[in-house]
Amino acid sequence: MIYIILSSFVFSFTAPFIHRIFKKYSHWVIFLLPLGIFTYFISYLPRICTTECEVFTFSYPWIKSLGIQLSFYLDGLSMIFALIITGVGMMVIFYSGAYFRGHPQHGRFYLYILIFMGSMLGVVMAENLITIFVFWELTSLSSYLLIGFNHEKEESRKAALQALLVTGLGGLALLAGFILTGIAGGTYSIVSLLDSGDIIRNHTLYLPALALVLTGAFTKSAQVPFHFWLPSAMQAPTPVSTYLHSATMVKAGIYLLARFNPIMGNTLEWNYLITIAGVTTMLVGALMALYQTDLKKLLAYTTVSALGMLVLLLGIGTTLAIKAAMVFLMVHALYKGALFMIVGAVDHSTGTRDVTELSGLMRVMPFIGIAAAFSGLSMSGFPPLLGFVGKELIYEAHLHAPNAAISLMTASIIGNAVNVTVAIMVGIFPFWGKTSATAKKSHPVEFAFWIGPFLMALCGVVLGIMPNSIAMPLISPAVTAIKAQTILVELKTWHGFTMVFMLSVLTVALGIGFFHFRDKFREFAPRLKFLIPISPSRIYDYLLKGMLRFADLQTRFLQNGKLRYYLITIILVTVSMVCTQLIRMKGLPVSISFSGLQFYEAGLVLVMLMATIMAMLTPSRMAAVASLGVIGFGVAMIYVLFGAPDLALTQFLVETLTVIIFVLVIYHLPYFQEFSSTKSRIRDAIVAFLAGSLMTILILTARHVQIAQQISTYFSENSAPLAHGRDIVNVILVDFRAIDTMGEITVLSIAAIGVYALIKLKPKKEKSK
Amino acid sequence: MNSIILRIAARQLLPILMVLSLFILFRGHNAPGGGFIGGLIASSAFILYAIAFGHRSAEEKIKIEPGVFMALGLLLALGSGIPSFLKNEAFVTHEFFKFHIPVLGKMIISTPLIFDIGVFFVVFGVLLTIVFTLMEE
Repeated sequence: MIYIILSSFVFSFTAPFIHRIFKKYSHWVIFLLPLGIFTYFISYLPRICTTECEVFTFSYPWIKSLGIQLSFYLDGLSMIFALIITGVGMMVIFYSGAYFRGHPQHGRFYLYILIFMGSMLGVVMAENLITIFVFWELTSLSSYLLIGFNHEKEESRKAALQALLVTGLGGLALLAGFILTGIAGGTYSIVSLLDSGDIIRNHTLYLPALALVLTGAFTKSAQVPFHFWLPSAMQAPTPVSTYLHSATMVKAGIYLLARFNPIMGNTLEWNYLITIAGVTTMLVGALMALYQTDLKKLLAYTTVSALGMLVLLLGIGTTLAIKAAMVFLMVHALYKGALFMIVGAVDHSTGTRDVTELSGLMRVMPFIGIAAAFSGLSMSGFPPLLGFVGKELIYEAHLHAPNAAISLMTASIIGNAVNVTVAIMVGIFPFWGKTSATAKKSHPVEFAFWIGPFLMALCGVVLGIMPNSIAMPLISPAVTAIKAQTILVELKTWHGFTMVFMLSVLTVALGIGFFHFRDKFREFAPRLKFLIPISPSRIYDYLLKGMLRFADLQTRFLQNGKLRYYLITIILVTVSMVCTQLIRMKGLPVSISFSGLQFYEAGLVLVMLMATIMAMLTPSRMAAVASLGVIGFGVAMIYVLFGAPDLALTQFLVETLTVIIFVLVIYHLPYFQEFSSTKSRIRDAIVAFLAGSLMTILILTARHVQIAQQISTYFSENSAPLAHGRDIVNVILVDFRAIDTMGEITVLSIAAIGVYALIKLKPKKEKSK
Repeated sequence: MNSIILRIAARQLLPILMVLSLFILFRGHNAPGGGFIGGLIASSAFILYAIAFGHRSAEEKIKIEPGVFMALGLLLALGSGIPSFLKNEAFVTHEFFKFHIPVLGKMIISTPLIFDIGVFFVVFGVLLTIVFTLMEE
């Protein structure tokens, strides 16, 4: 199993080379990978859908100390998502062969999209919360690359960043939520968490964990108020929009809600929060869709609306609603994916996506037209298409909703009616009627353009006629996984002239009515702006700007580029922190005694003190450096006196070399001058005095403080037997603390390279001077 | 610098200091010394030479660019950790191999020694790079 998920990552990096070899036939090769994975999952299908739904787990140890395993599992819910991901992925990759024909970065597209596919599979199959999070973030990152695919365009980059920031923020909330869930449930394993739902629901951390997880899911699935990134992301190339923004990535949030239903669901908070978010999103998406004229924007806003519908169904949470959600998930992936690809083909062929400019395309692209008609009919829920089955189930679920059935039903009818309107605008209207000017200029589309949407539309028809063929193998295991109890689902196309059917008729009528008044909506919409004083996307803009300004200010304040301010900051912060702690501990015992002081020790200290004063007062740089050297040698002498020959040797050599290097540097400097004012000199003196006294106090108290057990005994006892060395200092350096030493020599080398670069590599401009 | 005393002293001291530095390097495990100190001594030998004869003749004397020693040293230090992988132990868990060489007697080749030689090279390379660069200005 792990190889299946990792294969798309590994394969993704070879994809650009494959593209280079096979050139314009590369999509025939690359699409074999999703096809293969799709078939692999299909092979598990018969085993997953027996009456006792089977669950497959595959586990690999990852971070043992934190209880994190790289584990995957496959149950009904994962299966339905995995099939959608690989199935649509296959179509999209094949389609891209036509869409990106001749595009210089087609190979890169394969790379990104395969990484994305692998991450998505990881999300829906991960068995561990942390694993989910890692793959979740990978989808955000790869979607950033995909949305910003046309990176020369500023809007693309902006949309990509927006999507990344919004979903990334949600991802962080999700991580926090996962950790809280992990604390509450005592494990990160989903399989174990599924059994401890009651513990989590009654835990004090339940509410914060719920809020955080929901934030993560809502940002990913574009729920109000985070919905704005999805329409902006339409800057992406159409294959990307098809894959990420209709079929897969935005459904990750839905997946998460479904997955967490047995863990956190069935509480009042869960049902209310999710239902309200779902209804709002559905209505906002529908209303905003009404006045769009861009084909892709139309689809984007109805996608927002459809996501709202899915969330709403999960919020209602009854078995009927979950069943409806799973069927609608498939329905939506099929028709919305197809419509997006159709729009891409139309855009490619005619050069416009404006609905008002398109009509009569049927003659130019008959297969696309047929696919569009069937997808549109499925979207508006005409019998006997799969969309009809989905809509009937949704209405039935609403009718039997435990709370607020009537208002939910009303909202849902409005949402669906808008779907009908948009379906007519996108699926029917551009293809029939008089041939418009743009349609005349357009060219026919090739095989790879229409085969994907055509097959997906065909699926909608076939499954619509025989819905029961997916009921047992796919929908039942998924509903079973979400409800955590065995549920058998039966689907029928025709229920007879029931209440639900009447509502369907009403929806279609309403939708056609909306379509009739579409120009009025477009006129009227700008006047309604006052209703929303500030839109979420504006808030996003302000927040982003504010953050950048804050970053700018604090960088300028902290990184002012002057060494002396850095030093002052570091020293003062250290002094104040240590002093606060000293005051809180009410001081430490300080003892000063001069007993046992030898006369040569006193002499040594005296020499060092005099050298210090000399270094401060001398008007010559050379003398200052030499005085510092004297201090260094004094320190080395102290090492000698107190039995540290290694340190003393090093100190002597380092001091000598420091003086030489100092002299080499100083040699180039202008004559000793006083640049600083008296004021700043006083300030420096105070800072120096503070630092010096703090160090003195610390050294005097250090003798009396024993924080941890002394480690030197361990070293001296073990140096010879374990490390075969009698010189403890050296053994510590090369053996006990070898990795520290390795770090230090690396730093040394970097410093040398730095010096080299500073002196040798000058900007070219200066050289010419 | 044109002091004849300095020139002669530097020329005579160079080999002596080099041998000393190696001596210090190898005795390091059991007595004060080691790669760091050895590297400092070796580089001061060449710095002394550079002060007397100019950095160009010192560079010619070494023949290899000091930066190479840096890289070589880092590689040696890093490489000394690799045998620990073979034994499935933590990185840089040092190994000791004892040999009996017919005439010379017992000899121990150990990864700490390789590590220390690495440190020696790095210190040598770093100091000479810095000093030669500064002298060139």
